[in-house]
Amino acid sequence: MRAYLPAYELSVPRTLGEALALLREGPGVWRPFAGGTDLMVLLEAGRLEHRRFFSIRHLKELRGIGESDGFVRVGALTTYADVRRSELLSRLFPLLGQAARETGGIAIQNRGTVGGNIANASPAADTPPALLAYDAEVELVSADGARRVPYADFHTGYKQTVMRADELIAAVRLPQPPEGARHFYRKVGTRRAQAISKVCFAALAEVEGETLTEVRVALGSVAPVVLRCRRTEEWLRGRRLDMDSMRGALDEIAREVTPIDDVRSTARYRTRVAQNLLREFLSGLHMGEGV
Amino acid sequence: MTDDVTETQSDSHEAGDGKVSVRCTVNGAEATLRAYPFARLLDVLREELSLTGTKEGCGEGECGACSVLIDGELINSCLVPAAQAEGSDIRTVEGVADGERLHAVQRAMIECGGAQCGICTPGMVLAAVNLLKHTPQPSEADIREGLAGNLCRCTGYMKIFDAVVHAVKEG
Repeated sequence: MRAYLPAYELSVPRTLGEALALLREGPGVWRPFAGGTDLMVLLEAGRLEHRRFFSIRHLKELRGIGESDGFVRVGALTTYADVRRSELLSRLFPLLGQAARETGGIAIQNRGTVGGNIANASPAADTPPALLAYDAEVELVSADGARRVPYADFHTGYKQTVMRADELIAAVRLPQPPEGARHFYRKVGTRRAQAISKVCFAALAEVEGETLTEVRVALGSVAPVVLRCRRTEEWLRGRRLDMDSMRGALDEIAREVTPIDDVRSTARYRTRVAQNLLREFLSGLHMGEGV
Repeated sequence: MTDDVTETQSDSHEAGDGKVSVRCTVNGAEATLRAYPFARLLDVLREELSLTGTKEGCGEGECGACSVLIDGELINSCLVPAAQAEGSDIRTVEGVADGERLHAVQRAMIECGGAQCGICTPGMVLAAVNLLKHTPQPSEADIREGLAGNLCRCTGYMKIFDAVVHAVKEG
């Protein structure tokens, strides 16, 4: 059943300071509303339980992509379209552009934001695996000041995060990836546009000769949170790119993921696809493919 | 709550019915709308302004039938709460033609038979107009991507695709 609209508020604070003051009113009284591409779907389905929101979409303080001290800072309100347009991001962090291109369709990419994708905390989100592979940090801001949290520690369980009720996501901060690193992104869904992932895979590697000197692997839709596969990485790091390493890594990743059966796919299929994507990634490295 | 915030709310909330005034430009004309802050822009356009060209398909941002241009960007109007439309420049399918002269995309849709039941058509037209504005000479892949957010259950898409190709040629 559709939502009863008079019950919902959407305040429009004029500045970030006003927005943070609203969050200060009491734990969880007000919640932020950015592009609305997730929350409006819940509203229409009559499943938006919280009633009091404030719009942050117009807050300039939360926009912009900039570079300093070897880090790139991506404002929370950066849309997927902004990500696709950014020459800086496509040069240094190609997985983000690929994730943005695979998110929704053009209209969703014009509205949905990187910060919203993180805050919504869906384990099936498309950008978070890329952020995990890039060792991103999340910059949180409240009336008390700002703090940074490694993105790998941000999600603590299904739809659970370390964010306090008085905090907003201000930005993500990305350290420059190693030069010459190879980047790989692949989303598996039912439709070219709009699909929510069955499995989403982002990875990065450095290869010297035949040896994997560095490897990072992150997946969406295979666990209660977007998952950085540390044990698989550990197994692969320092190994030669050969069939034994490949077989061991495929066993490792199958143990590391904990997918479920749901409307979009089955646990068994997701595990198999996670293995297949890891195989595709590693084979590509061997063949000298990748971005 | 600070004084400033109270003032912001009283700026937009009037008459105590919970509705807010939203000032925006729709198809080139200034409009002031009265709506609940979470009313979908889609409903406001159709019901307050009688602009029924914008259609509702899925109501969850997957079908593109409700596409409009907001500040020059393609947007699903079912996902925009009225309060976020404040100050924006909105163009619906009713504002695509130049008076009596149809847009090249609209002429091509007619010539190529790119419409059957018509529910997806306004959204398809806006998606194509948006594509050609950013990419005047699109590749086949560009056209497919430009229309990928819009579902059609009648045509099988080929005639719509052909219409965009035709529109590019005829300009």
